[in-house]
Amino acid sequence: MIAIVDYDAGNIKSVMNALRRLDVEFELTADPERIKAASKVILPGVGNAAEAMKSLREKGLVELIKGLRKPVLGICVGMQIMCRRSEEGDAQCMGLFDCDVCRFSPEPGVKVPHMGWNGISNLESKLFKGLDEGSFVYFVHSYCPGLCTDTIATCRHGKTLFSAALKYENFYGTQFHPEKSGDVGEMILKNFVAL
Amino acid sequence: MVAKRIIPCLDVKNGQVVKGINFEGLKEVGDAVEMGVRYSREGADELVYLDISASREERGTFTELVEKIALGINIPFTVGGGISSLDDASRLLDAGADKVSVNSAAIARPELISEIAGKYGSQFCVCAIDAKFIDGVWRVTTHGGSRQSSRELFEWAREAQERGAGEILFTSMDHDGTKAGYACEQYAALAEMLSIPVIASGGAGSIAHIVDVLTDGRADAALAASIFHYNEISIPDLKNELRKANVNVR
Repeated sequence: MIAIVDYDAGNIKSVMNALRRLDVEFELTADPERIKAASKVILPGVGNAAEAMKSLREKGLVELIKGLRKPVLGICVGMQIMCRRSEEGDAQCMGLFDCDVCRFSPEPGVKVPHMGWNGISNLESKLFKGLDEGSFVYFVHSYCPGLCTDTIATCRHGKTLFSAALKYENFYGTQFHPEKSGDVGEMILKNFVAL
Repeated sequence: MVAKRIIPCLDVKNGQVVKGINFEGLKEVGDAVEMGVRYSREGADELVYLDISASREERGTFTELVEKIALGINIPFTVGGGISSLDDASRLLDAGADKVSVNSAAIARPELISEIAGKYGSQFCVCAIDAKFIDGVWRVTTHGGSRQSSRELFEWAREAQERGAGEILFTSMDHDGTKAGYACEQYAALAEMLSIPVIASGGAGSIAHIVDVLTDGRADAALAASIFHYNEISIPDLKNELRKANVNVR
């Protein structure tokens, strides 16, 4: 059973729909006992990092998630709040990944939010088993995590090269939305389920 | 670099995808969910579903359909048609839509764009603009092109961006249904003027037209309906031709 953390993090329906399409059993929950009992945990997130941290703190889930020893996947803002801090709302985050999240620097002709399909490279994880370098995935974000030793995939938007995915021990995170990334995204979710 | 997008557009009435020229003589072309699944498998980057129902009861049916689409497909999709309030947008978000597109109601009340973008973010709000060239001006029309508004294409597109729209979907009513190519010069002018993505719609009749609007026309995405619905061109063939023309596609 996979637990999807229910913490008012915007539209999480698309993550639930993606797991339904893969016939993967899941439950949406904020109950610490259910999260502890799950085989894997998904931390979704759309919207604002500071708000997401606040909501997670209010539900008393920050230390619980940091202490998990099973595979955890953060998606988009769910991943950003697993980093050290985010410039968005000057949020102190969980500090699992060794990097900060910053807004894209303004550049002529480079649109922010970074929205649409972009290629990911330097793929270094079981999460990307079966995928080719340069596979396209779907992004929607204005803030991005920098590069660090936890980077397991990179992406370029304008001059900015950022972490498209991160991994530290049992914690995984994707800046992109695997649940909206077609067959490539389904493969990534299947790989996570198979960890 | 963000890839240029290919977007099949599905007009929906009573759960069925329909196609007609200038909204007359509608013909059913298939089931909305099945067609969406097929297009996503063939390599469409995004889908647009437009509700062209007339009545409020049918609108409720459309929301249920949006839930089925969200469950059925694994790529982003936009829904539009008759969205006139923040509540309408919220209802479609809850049903699983990734974006909503506003059109006539935003012309009548431009604050609608500010409200939707303010609450859910610019990435959720697409401003669709229908316009035709009348007396030397690109005049914005509403209600499927049947009514002229007081607005002009370029000033309205700029205002929509300032109000928080995340994308502009411009349909040239002079080109729509003709299959003679897109209004390339207007898309290039919009791309020059705006900082948000521009989606081209109206006039696709061949692969070459789509290549033109994504290169010379500088559009970020090309939308088309009948050429996909009637298998006149296949998405894999289209993507191959775009790659040959050095267009970055998925």
